[in-house]
Amino acid sequence: MTTVETAIGTAKTMVLNMGPQHPSTHGVLRVLLELDGENVVSSVPDIGYLHTGIEKSCEDKTYSQVITLTDRMDYLNPLGNNLVYCLAVEKLLGLEPPKRAQYIRVMMVELQRISSHLVWLGTHAIDMGAMSVMLYCFREREEILKIFERFAGQRMMTSYIRIGGVALQPPAGWREMVKKFVDMMPARIDEYEALLTENRIWQGRLKGVGYLPAEQLIALSTTGPGLRAAGVNYDNRKMFPYSSYEEFDFDVPLRTESDCYARYLVRVAEMRESVKIVRQAMDKITEEGAIKAEAPGIIPPEREKMKTEMEALIYHFKIFTEGFSPPPGEAFAAVESPRGELGCFVASDGSPKPLRVHFRGPSFVNLQALPFMVQGQLIADVVASIGTIDIVLGEVDR
Amino acid sequence: MSELSNANAKVVSERIRTWNVNAVAELIEYHGEVTIVVPKALLRATAIYCKENPDLNFNLLSDITCVDRFPIEPRFELNYQLVSIPRRERIRLRTKVTAETPVADSLMPVWPGANWLEREVFDLFGIRFEGHTDLRRILLPEEFVGAPLRRDFPTEGQR
Repeated sequence: MTTVETAIGTAKTMVLNMGPQHPSTHGVLRVLLELDGENVVSSVPDIGYLHTGIEKSCEDKTYSQVITLTDRMDYLNPLGNNLVYCLAVEKLLGLEPPKRAQYIRVMMVELQRISSHLVWLGTHAIDMGAMSVMLYCFREREEILKIFERFAGQRMMTSYIRIGGVALQPPAGWREMVKKFVDMMPARIDEYEALLTENRIWQGRLKGVGYLPAEQLIALSTTGPGLRAAGVNYDNRKMFPYSSYEEFDFDVPLRTESDCYARYLVRVAEMRESVKIVRQAMDKITEEGAIKAEAPGIIPPEREKMKTEMEALIYHFKIFTEGFSPPPGEAFAAVESPRGELGCFVASDGSPKPLRVHFRGPSFVNLQALPFMVQGQLIADVVASIGTIDIVLGEVDR
Repeated sequence: MSELSNANAKVVSERIRTWNVNAVAELIEYHGEVTIVVPKALLRATAIYCKENPDLNFNLLSDITCVDRFPIEPRFELNYQLVSIPRRERIRLRTKVTAETPVADSLMPVWPGANWLEREVFDLFGIRFEGHTDLRRILLPEEFVGAPLRRDFPTEGQR
């Protein structure tokens, strides 16, 4: 939050403050726009209104306690945040979750990706003036949140993915529930596309807006759909597979136009690919099987065992009072969140609390590209560009 | 996967070594991740080499973060996560910064994307970056005193 000395002095331009309460900034983003009439001469994004010091709080918690904090960063992708943190800690510990848990993880984060893109599509359509799309998007998102509630007991802040596996066995009847959703979803995506893709107003508002060449996007560290809409095939699921993604058959949607419309098309295509991945994951998840790695002293024991085995009871007590201590070292894990490369850096000094936890939030890094995207365009295009960068301020400010 | 990256790590560090013997102060391999510790004076030159050399081609700067090892000196470790999109490889550059002179060369001239990442480190750790064109606080209010992510900054209560 800083005052900005832009060229207020020149007689032609004026400075307009957009946000932090502006509805189309998707939270509390503030953008200072220097305008020449309706054209943007320059812009300065101002962030930090939602800064809660999550990284500092992490240093005062045990490794397992941090998981609940990660949910609250990117609140449209809590499972992805859980996953990246758990992958980093598992790397530190040298732990590998059982295959069944890995497939459950993949299924959950892909459902999460669909729900996140649905929120994006709905809110972005509202920004562009298409009110009704949002109602349809949130209708389908509700189905996904119902699935999460059955799996984790929570709709949004699930904390379902834990170190070494997942929290709970899939609930009874989960297969029918997920199947019903993936069977329904492709037709629903067709419905959104029927409303938007060929819509002349939609195309008019998005085509050619917010263009940046691929080289500049890479130089600005942009990742995710924004980069793939510029034709760069960079997707962590394919490039650096994690959680058994190498066993799944899916395509990475690419476009070359690198404008807001291309980003829209990439996200819609990604939803279709995610449906494909969820289907494959469902086939891979067996009815019975372990959901947590075998690691006494790190993974809490089964409730039943605690009543019959003394060691299990001791481990349970130790884990929940003291925590566990990974060996000293650092680990960096990266996953493909709906917004781009979500990274987590964990440093351990051999104590039960992390020395440092850092999150590389894709929204934070991608937002850097905004001033370059909107330069020379109209104020209305700023709204379109902010929308298609797809920021979540909880993650930008952490 | 980890064996492969270890083999590549040798290649990367050897390449940097043949370019400048002093650039690799230490090579750390841990769980398939490669960290090359670079002397502070050579940070920017090594970064430019990693980006420009066609055999290395680390074109994306993914992340910059800092670890405070207080009270050990030099207490700050800056970690740069580099990605080579064409070669599908990750590497970490690390340089150490002392509490007395918390200054490092900015990598903004190499990767413009370093802008906000360095501002974040400046904001939360109080490390200055030489050559950064816009070094202001980014998350905290401008009038805030102190660097909250330093280990000697209390999580709660009065400072």
